[in-house]
Amino acid sequence: MQAILFYLTAVVAILSAFFVMKCRNPINSALNLVTTFLCLAVFYVMLESPFMAAVQIMVYAGAIMVLIIFVIMLLNLGLTVKTRYTHGLAAGGILSVMVLFVANYFTRAGEATGTGGSVTSELIASYGHTELIGRAMFVDFLLPFEIASILLLVAIVGAVVLSKRKV
Amino acid sequence: MENLVQEAIQNVNMQAIMPSLVLCVFGMVLLMVSVFSKRGNTTHVAWLSIAALVITGFVTLSGWNNPQGGFADSVLFDNFATFFSMICIIAAGLTILMSDDYLKREGSPVGEYYPLILFTTAGAMWMASGTDLMTIFLGLEVLSISLYVLAGFFRDQTRSNEAGLKYFFLGAFSTGFLLYGVALLYGVTGTTKIQGIAAYVQANPDSAMNTMFIAGGLLLLVGFLFKIAAAPFHMWTPDVYQGAPTPITAFMSAGPKAAAFAALMRVTIVGLDGLQSELTSLFWVLAVLTMTVGNFIALSQKDLKRMLAYSSISHAGYAMVGLVAWNAVGLSAILFYMLVYTFMNMGAFAVLVLIGKKGEDNLTLDGVAGLGYKKPILGIALTIFLFSLMGLPPTAGFTAKFYIFAGAIKAGYIWLAVLGVLNSAVSLYYYLRIMVQMYFKDPEEDFAWVKINVPTAISIAISVVGVLYLGIVPGAVMNLAKLAGF
Amino acid sequence: MSASTEPPTNLIASSAQDIEGLLSLGLYALIATGLILILLLLARFLGQRTHSEAKDAPYESAVDPTGDARLREPVPFYLVAIFFIVFDVEAVFVVSWAVAYDLLGWAGFWQISFFIFILFLGLVYLWKMGGLEWGSQSARDQKRRIG
Repeated sequence: MQAILFYLTAVVAILSAFFVMKCRNPINSALNLVTTFLCLAVFYVMLESPFMAAVQIMVYAGAIMVLIIFVIMLLNLGLTVKTRYTHGLAAGGILSVMVLFVANYFTRAGEATGTGGSVTSELIASYGHTELIGRAMFVDFLLPFEIASILLLVAIVGAVVLSKRKV
Repeated sequence: MENLVQEAIQNVNMQAIMPSLVLCVFGMVLLMVSVFSKRGNTTHVAWLSIAALVITGFVTLSGWNNPQGGFADSVLFDNFATFFSMICIIAAGLTILMSDDYLKREGSPVGEYYPLILFTTAGAMWMASGTDLMTIFLGLEVLSISLYVLAGFFRDQTRSNEAGLKYFFLGAFSTGFLLYGVALLYGVTGTTKIQGIAAYVQANPDSAMNTMFIAGGLLLLVGFLFKIAAAPFHMWTPDVYQGAPTPITAFMSAGPKAAAFAALMRVTIVGLDGLQSELTSLFWVLAVLTMTVGNFIALSQKDLKRMLAYSSISHAGYAMVGLVAWNAVGLSAILFYMLVYTFMNMGAFAVLVLIGKKGEDNLTLDGVAGLGYKKPILGIALTIFLFSLMGLPPTAGFTAKFYIFAGAIKAGYIWLAVLGVLNSAVSLYYYLRIMVQMYFKDPEEDFAWVKINVPTAISIAISVVGVLYLGIVPGAVMNLAKLAGF
Repeated sequence: MSASTEPPTNLIASSAQDIEGLLSLGLYALIATGLILILLLLARFLGQRTHSEAKDAPYESAVDPTGDARLREPVPFYLVAIFFIVFDVEAVFVVSWAVAYDLLGWAGFWQISFFIFILFLGLVYLWKMGGLEWGSQSARDQKRRIG
């Protein structure tokens, strides 16, 4: 049952990712990207990580897509992109297939579960996934978490400095 | 789970992050100060940030010989971190000193410039003191994002825009590699702590054969090698160094490079110690490649900032020789080298800041013709810095290279030392070209626009004193560097 | 996919339930797509179709459209999108604290307060810098002079 759902979602994810590349209109590509993000959210749910799924939808399918679409509209690529860009397509395709095989080789050759983490399905069932994330964030990764706030502050300052002047 | 509160409180150790915390608080205060003061006037922000750096320097130094760890082992402020933090603080201080008049000349006095430099320095500190890959990654991100903004700071100059954009795109890719590496290592070892990875390598001596582990480790190294501008990840350096505001170029070549070296050293020496033989052969090739590429491309450069960019690549190559040696001498030599490089390179850039016209189109080989006669003091200062970059006694460049190559010879890498010395000989050519222009060419211009302002003069003076002091009596600082090694 | 916590005796029953659920899901999906297809096809074959220049225009019985439909977005949109991302991420972090607040106690409260405070400074900064202001510079100056 889960396997069927996984393969169905995976097919949709890969197809929509392919159409992100293939679509002529950047807005269509962006909408296909949303589909890919939604499929990833489904994967997170299947991995017992509902919080990550919510983040995936809120931050990626929501906020980041808004930014991407605004940038597409800001650049106004509409007509220029339609003159199709084809040279190097075959080489790029061959290269990406080769990279795919290499990545496949690497991931299959290693032991992905060399060391099990401390968070198991039983633990998730008894405490709840989001509570565990909160715990990890505020106990184990407190310092990186607080650094992230500085990072977001720097991002705000950078965006204002680079795009707003003489106000 | 129940005693979570106690656990959380136990983990907090403010001592371990005090220097970066002080710096961040000052950065936020200065951000507010610059917002609420009149636009276009930034001198007071510059001096306040100098004060912030001095205070942070004292706080950092007070932690010497008193290693403090905390936050569930995600940070360890030991002597190693103290030494590298001091390098970054010195680099930031020199940058700010030479910035104020430069910004006024280029017509972009915006107060956010200084808080961004402070945040960059704080990020560098987290990179130097992080013992968890997540801390290192977030420190790197704070550092990088501030630098992207600073590199593209002059919005109306095409070259600065290009520098910012290029640095951003390539930097984002390298960060992606780094994060992918962290993820793969986490998948193999089940931890992001450097100690945990070391324990895994100890327990599994065959991890050098585990392809997923290798892929993770290599991707991680790519991220760091990008930041230290080692070949073949150096492509961004010339364009970004040329286009960025000159004080920022100076800062990039010293502070963030030192921080990336710190993170690279901690990850490899502590975390991947079990893979020494594999890593040293990798670094051997990379070190030779980096210094050769840097030096040989620098030979044909006409633009001084671009030439110094390639020279910066080659110096990263020299410093990597210490990593190949993998012994106490070589590692403490890297610390010493980074300090020396901060002084000599930032001094050279400070001179360029002074002699540049608005827009800096005159910072070429022909542009400095006759500088030695028209502005003798600047000429002598630049000569000292160039001597040091060449590695000639009695300057610090010589002692730094001496320690580096001594470490390599002690570890049995005689050929590497020979190649390094040959590379230094090649580099003589392009550094000497600048000096020939300065002293043996008739001046085409009278350099009347050069007005020596006090802060930049102070930064040049500090650099000269640093280069000469570390060159003539290197013992005391070298001892500190030895204490700071692992 | 995931380790089931249920004892093995329940596995058969649960998989039977699963198949039943899957079947009803598949049937529902089939009916939904089938209905849409039938409606579209019926409309296509039964309805009459006429073509004329006026009918093919984007806005029938309105002003003739001129120029390109794709207008350049002004930069403030982009800024707002960036701020949206930043504060969206902040919200996500706050949620991760909120669900575990009873476990984390006051220590967690001060930690998240520090986090929110830093981003509040960011908000003050961008507000003061005019990151949220709209319209052209001259129009705003005029407004200020009048008001």
